[in-house]
Amino acid sequence: MSSLRMGRRLPQRAVPRALLALGALVAIGFVAVNAAIGYVVIDGRLDGQWYDVRDLGIGVQDLREWLDDRNADQPGFLDFLGQHWISYAVTALLGATGILSIVGGALLALIWIERRLIGRMQIRRGPNRVGPYGLLQPVADAIKLIQKEVLMPRGADKVLFFLPPALIFIPMIVAWGPIPWGAQMAYLDVHVGILFLIAVSSLTTLAIFMAGWSSNNHYALLGAMRTIAMMISYEIPLSIALLSVVLISGSMQLSTIVEWQSTHNVWLAALLPLAMFTYFFSSTAELNRTPNDIAEAESEIVAGFHTEYSGMKFGLFYAVELGNALFVAALTATLFLGGWTLFGLEEWIPGYLILGAKISAAYFLLVWLRGTLPRFRLDQLMKFAWQFLIPLSLLNLLIVAVEASLFARWQVKGIVSLGLFAIVNWAAAIILVREWARRMGYRPEREAVRQPILTRGVGGLQAARRLGASELGTQP
Amino acid sequence: MDSAGIIVAFWLLSAIAVGSAVGVFLARNLIHAVVLLVLSFVATAGLFVTLSADFIAAAQVLIYAGAIPVLMVFAVMLTPLAGRDNGNSLYVVPGVLLGGAFTVIVAIVAIDAEWGAAGATALAGQSFETTADAIGDALLGRYVLAFEVASVLLLAALIGAIVLVREDEPA
Repeated sequence: MSSLRMGRRLPQRAVPRALLALGALVAIGFVAVNAAIGYVVIDGRLDGQWYDVRDLGIGVQDLREWLDDRNADQPGFLDFLGQHWISYAVTALLGATGILSIVGGALLALIWIERRLIGRMQIRRGPNRVGPYGLLQPVADAIKLIQKEVLMPRGADKVLFFLPPALIFIPMIVAWGPIPWGAQMAYLDVHVGILFLIAVSSLTTLAIFMAGWSSNNHYALLGAMRTIAMMISYEIPLSIALLSVVLISGSMQLSTIVEWQSTHNVWLAALLPLAMFTYFFSSTAELNRTPNDIAEAESEIVAGFHTEYSGMKFGLFYAVELGNALFVAALTATLFLGGWTLFGLEEWIPGYLILGAKISAAYFLLVWLRGTLPRFRLDQLMKFAWQFLIPLSLLNLLIVAVEASLFARWQVKGIVSLGLFAIVNWAAAIILVREWARRMGYRPEREAVRQPILTRGVGGLQAARRLGASELGTQP
Repeated sequence: MDSAGIIVAFWLLSAIAVGSAVGVFLARNLIHAVVLLVLSFVATAGLFVTLSADFIAAAQVLIYAGAIPVLMVFAVMLTPLAGRDNGNSLYVVPGVLLGGAFTVIVAIVAIDAEWGAAGATALAGQSFETTADAIGDALLGRYVLAFEVASVLLLAALIGAIVLVREDEPA
């Protein structure tokens, strides 16, 4: 129905020339800063030293000290901004450029990787026409999206329709701030890191609602309502799972959590299996990815909250979805898989490469989930959150709280107490999941005995018989 | 502390907070009002950041910019004819009076208080590495009774809500 409605055509020059010039300037500056970082850090032009590429943190720190010295040489120059303003400004710019480059580059690569992987899982090839192995497919997609016309439905709320694609991008980028990439390589290493991340990611809800509501389309509104219901439900087990991480490591700061895992030589995934499972599964719901993508179930409500967005605006939603998935992989790697450390190997291999490898592994899990599992129904999904994940994660939190207070008081070697905790937690996780699932009536279906209703309904039972009754589970 | 950046940030954030709060009052569309309210809350969180209160800033964003607006949006959506018009409210005059009175009271207290002296005595000899630690110690130490009472109250509200909306199962 929505396709029949005439879209309002935007005027030919939608973007003023000054804005275009500004955008071009920002882009050129972006490239220039990247080149400068590469030049300074790799070539080592500061003080004639050669900087160790393995630790970008040291290079940046030396750059800061060098800038501070230069600033101290000329007192009075823009002094009202504070003493270290140059070094703050430069490091802020460096960090922001780094994050934008990594995330932006990864987004382009991820589209290709994800489509190829899913293609392989579904026994087809995936993109393979544009460039070698289809490598240029993301670029072609982006060009196509930019060329497309941007439509706005007639009854749409103009301001609220315009804002969400930009608004939804902000939390995705800001959330990358606290992730530590190396010894001193976190852009925004706040003390309340985990709380900050939960707070930032909760902002997405409103942007999604704005998109769905302003489109003046029932499907979009339905998608937005589903998203919000799902996000609210799954935020609770997600936060509880992260809380158990905070309890056991005694800090909300991401770098401290990584340090804790490094000093105790343990990954929290081994210590808190149920928390990791809860976090991972809940975050797939927050991300709107299969198996939990009922918010944009194509077969039910077109595309959910971004039904009415076309061209690059749709592209932004798509990019944010991928970026958030990548971020969930990064947070999983940081919190549960030891972050940038690898049992001493970080002495020889740069931390950011280790973290990158772990992110890729966690991201592969997400793609695997997407490629294998079918979509849940809305009520099944809600039931799973409220009746399964929340009680289990609360029980798990209780166990972890007892362990954390024991750990703080117990004067034994870490390997004894933590090993005991790991055994207890794994046993508890297995027993809890098994028993609770049995109580809820979830059972593995050993033999499908139901008649294929659809096949009979459309009169294809003869064909079904010919294919072999046992395969389809019919009783002949 | 009083560098130019902080001052600029303070005035900018204050202007956004007050401006969007006025916008909430003037907006004809209730959804617009909710969005402006969120902007005001986020600007307030920014003010907390300039005061180095990281925990409160994050909590402000989480609760007031993430959770409360969803509640409001649902309330707007589920109220017939409320979505598109913020028209004839019976409470304009009492609202303006109450708001004005509250502003006057806060202004009098703010002008009357000796901020420098009070701040100096309250924070004398204390150094906060992190605000989260200090808040946690206070909540589970000195104010543990109030904390527990509040949690029992919330639990009661939760159960009450479930009891209210629960349909009787058909026998």
